[in-house]
Amino acid sequence: MADISLTNLNKTYPNGFKAIHDIDLEIEHGEFVVLVGPSGCGKSTLLRMIAGLETVTDGEIQIASQRVNEREPAERDIAMVFQNYALYPHMTVYNNMAYGLRNKGTARDEIERRVQDAAKLLELCELLDRKPRQLSGGQRQRVAMGRAIVRDPVAFLFDEPLSNLDAKLRAQMRLEIKRLQHRLGTTSVYVTHDQIEAMTMADKLVVMNSGAAEQIGNPMSVYEKPATQFVAGFIGSPAMNFLPAKLQNNGNSVQIEGGPCLTLTDSVKSINGNQSVIVGIRPEHLVPMPTGAIGFAVEMIEALGAESLVHGRLACNGTDVTLRVDAATDIPSESEIRLHVSTDNLHVFDADTGERLN
Amino acid sequence: MVENRPFITFLSHAVLILGVLIVLMPLWVAFVASTHPPENIMTSRVPLMPGDQFIKNYTQALTVGVDGAGKVPLSRMLFNSTVMALSIAIGKIFISILSAFAIVYFRFPFRKTCFWIIFMTLMLPVEVRILPTFQVVADLKMLNTYAGLSIPLIASATATFLFRQFFMTVPDEYLEAARMDGAGPLKFFKDILLPLSRTNIAALFVILFIYGWNQYLWPLLVTTNEKYYTIVMVIQRMVAVPDGEPLWHLIMATAILAMLPPMIVVIVMQRLFVKGLTETEK
Repeated sequence: MADISLTNLNKTYPNGFKAIHDIDLEIEHGEFVVLVGPSGCGKSTLLRMIAGLETVTDGEIQIASQRVNEREPAERDIAMVFQNYALYPHMTVYNNMAYGLRNKGTARDEIERRVQDAAKLLELCELLDRKPRQLSGGQRQRVAMGRAIVRDPVAFLFDEPLSNLDAKLRAQMRLEIKRLQHRLGTTSVYVTHDQIEAMTMADKLVVMNSGAAEQIGNPMSVYEKPATQFVAGFIGSPAMNFLPAKLQNNGNSVQIEGGPCLTLTDSVKSINGNQSVIVGIRPEHLVPMPTGAIGFAVEMIEALGAESLVHGRLACNGTDVTLRVDAATDIPSESEIRLHVSTDNLHVFDADTGERLN
Repeated sequence: MVENRPFITFLSHAVLILGVLIVLMPLWVAFVASTHPPENIMTSRVPLMPGDQFIKNYTQALTVGVDGAGKVPLSRMLFNSTVMALSIAIGKIFISILSAFAIVYFRFPFRKTCFWIIFMTLMLPVEVRILPTFQVVADLKMLNTYAGLSIPLIASATATFLFRQFFMTVPDEYLEAARMDGAGPLKFFKDILLPLSRTNIAALFVILFIYGWNQYLWPLLVTTNEKYYTIVMVIQRMVAVPDGEPLWHLIMATAILAMLPPMIVVIVMQRLFVKGLTETEK
């Protein structure tokens, strides 16, 4: 049974701007769902609609099998962690966590028990009497988590909770949140624009673009079989390379513009003539090889330690391309090399609609 | 700017001390005059050192009163002034914080219009609307009452405006967090907004208390009964005695007494006051 289900959800702002288009989403019990997309894609709006902070124009939100469209946020049995944590600055950590329970009229010793339990879980016991401004970023983050945990809700909602932390702390908190969620088994919806966060944390990934869900699936399947050119470009870092091409041979091969003809392992369905397409190749699937089919002019090399990113242009049509190679590979900068393309990993997209074809 | 040049340090201190002396001089003269018997002040040489009549003069002023002021003891007027200043300060803060809350946090028809109407009253201080206000107060039979002294001065655009600006700097996330925590509008106001505005309220209280205390024209108009005279308006009455000499020693004592309460308010609340005016975000 789904904990949260969104049916045909729409949101139009009074000024006519359509923020959310026909979103359908089922979130199973205990699932960690990540909404990811560029800024302005509507991912935060969608989360806030689930939270009850934004109204729903059309469609239905169900939490624990009950329609909640018209309910106040506090009556939806959810808890939210905000981007800036929104800890009440004049209250102690303890009161910050207890405030929601007090408003619900929970008994005093029950509040005490829950707050102490959450504090133990999050290692906040020594900090309960402090004010938020006396805490570090990571500690505030944990208090915000604690405030969500004490309410024992059906679902946690996270609105870019790590974006205010520095890189190291972010990686650590990412792990901590994921571990905590595993332990508590609470359904979670998590919004981020960081695709690494999205890939590592999600059980189910929802890639959003201009108010619509472009693809929903588990992170690896989204990575391996992106449904649209947008998803292919957004998920994965460095981004996928896109080469203009034409379909040949009844969709069994693609002719790279000005370059070689590549045979496809999975042929393309429904084609008309030699249709224009975009071929996507991940940076790790372009391999420098003296016998390679494509000429490549190296422009710049970024050494990341274990691996290097090589930036340059294709000799045949001048497209900018990035490769990811082992750091041991010796490539002189400003040189001409040949690249081998592994045809198992080609992604073919319609040049007009961006839909995946193979 | 941190500099370490002895001459500049000396010069800036000299200028500051000079400024303080200039400000303090009249106060000193007033204080000295209030401690002398009347005939000493009327002589050609004004005394610059305190006399020996301190207790006598102040006791007379506080308990018996002065002729020109209707023979009401000053303690009564101090009380009247305190009641008026406090009701104005508290009333203004109460009304304006609530109206700012409504304007910032609620979406109702004509919200903008309401704000601009309130804002426009900034252009109509007491002196401009004094005749119609007097008419209203008289018709409501509020002449010679504390209500008549304070209520017409309570409506305040300045304070509403200040609170509105402050509320707009409070992050929306607090409101959203409070909604998630099940706090209704009034609970949010009481539990979150009010504690956050503490320093602003203190700063406004100081300003408004002094504003209320220094009211002159309005009390002069609405009070005809000596029992409701305020201390600030009475100083003028004491000077304008129709015949005979003004009793300078008592007038100066009154002036000194009239200065004390605002001074105490400022001194007691100065830490919060400065915080409220300078602090932006915690």
